[in-house]
Amino acid sequence: MIQVILPRNLQILAGVGRVVELEVAAPVTQRTVLDALEAAHPALLGTVRDRVTKQRRPMIRFFACEEDHSDETVDTPLPDEVASGKEPLLIIGAIAGG
Amino acid sequence: MSGVRVLVGTRKGAFVLSSDAGRKSWKVDGPHFAGWEIYHVKGSPADPDRLYASQTSGWFGQVLQRSNDGGKTWEAAGNDFRYDGPTGTHQWYDGSPHPWEFKRVWHLEPSLNDPDKIYAGAEDAALFESGDGGQTWAELPGLRTHATASGWAPGAGGLCLHTIVLDPTNADRMYIAISAAGVFRSDDAGKTWRPANKGLRSNTMPDEDAEVGHCVHRIAMHPSRPDVLFMQKHWDVMRTDDGAESWREISGNLPTDFGFVVDVNANEPDTVYVIPITSDSHHFVPDGKLRVYRSKAGGDDWEALTKGLPQKDCYVNVLRDAMDVDALDPCGIYFGTSGGQVYGSADGGDTWNAIVRDLPGVLSVEVQTLE
Repeated sequence: MIQVILPRNLQILAGVGRVVELEVAAPVTQRTVLDALEAAHPALLGTVRDRVTKQRRPMIRFFACEEDHSDETVDTPLPDEVASGKEPLLIIGAIAGG
Repeated sequence: MSGVRVLVGTRKGAFVLSSDAGRKSWKVDGPHFAGWEIYHVKGSPADPDRLYASQTSGWFGQVLQRSNDGGKTWEAAGNDFRYDGPTGTHQWYDGSPHPWEFKRVWHLEPSLNDPDKIYAGAEDAALFESGDGGQTWAELPGLRTHATASGWAPGAGGLCLHTIVLDPTNADRMYIAISAAGVFRSDDAGKTWRPANKGLRSNTMPDEDAEVGHCVHRIAMHPSRPDVLFMQKHWDVMRTDDGAESWREISGNLPTDFGFVVDVNANEPDTVYVIPITSDSHHFVPDGKLRVYRSKAGGDDWEALTKGLPQKDCYVNVLRDAMDVDALDPCGIYFGTSGGQVYGSADGGDTWNAIVRDLPGVLSVEVQTLE
């Protein structure tokens, strides 16, 4: 199971806890993880990435294994630790405004 | 027993204030959608338990919420607001062309007789319509593609469609207002539009009485007299008696005619309320005094209403969607401030009380009168 950690506002919106577990078939990428996340929780459609272009919203970041994966393409495989469920994919609302 | 429900949108969530018809004792429920900006919450006139809320965030975008039980529980509805067809450009603040981009929904206007039908006014300016309770949305593109649209420019809050007024006697007629394009009227249920700004003068434009470009902040109608509209423009309070064919100024003796809100007493169509704000650079009330001004003559002659409102050291603002009236007799008037206070008057404005004092900054106030 893939683990995804959501920011608090999206936890409330989706009615879930901090960690969401998802079944994701290989390859495990931003696109496939977010496809599974939105399929399981349709309230999140459009809140993390654009509905049409599938690009992340400007003030969203993707962290995993102490690295920033935000600017990788949506089809780049995420680290093996994420794919195996050992480490979570963190969806972060960027710090802005103090 | 009848009662009143006040729906409050704030910078950090929504609140529902409720009272019986006496309007003395209030229950405060919320925050709903804590942490999100709630630009607007409004109930269906056809089914008061059906509420809609525009929930927005610079981080997470636009969410549309719906309640079927008067705000006790909510569910996310559809948030796919997609412009219909190619989007061109509008003017940017410096006059350069700027691409049209969807940012948020400012205002929700449910149909007068169908709980599942609702209009949404967006930034960048566009009008959307849903016929299935907000699950799916379609743009009414005749407005955004109007021949003048490439010349529309944003106000300080953005290029926002913030006011939608439906004519209760003519299902095909509606008015919208855009900052800073002005008022537009449709006589075919939103398919086509024409500017309705004759009589407005704005010194922010090279041609002061141009067909479009006016920063209209709010328009209000009494349902018994749909051809009479009142307007708070950026500067100037205005009135039309002919369905916005022409406007005349009614600022009269107001201490300043800048402001955002305007509303009409539910029982007296010529009793109008505004809250003067110092200026466009000083978005707070004049002289440290929070005063509602009432005209019982449909404008020109205004009296300050101060009983129960702070009359020293007060520097709040009241935004364009943050005043409404109930339908009881005497009429109740309600408004929310940038300081998080929601004030109410149960006697047409003669006396005021703070229903709640310490909410996040208030963006919108809507009132439901419950049977």
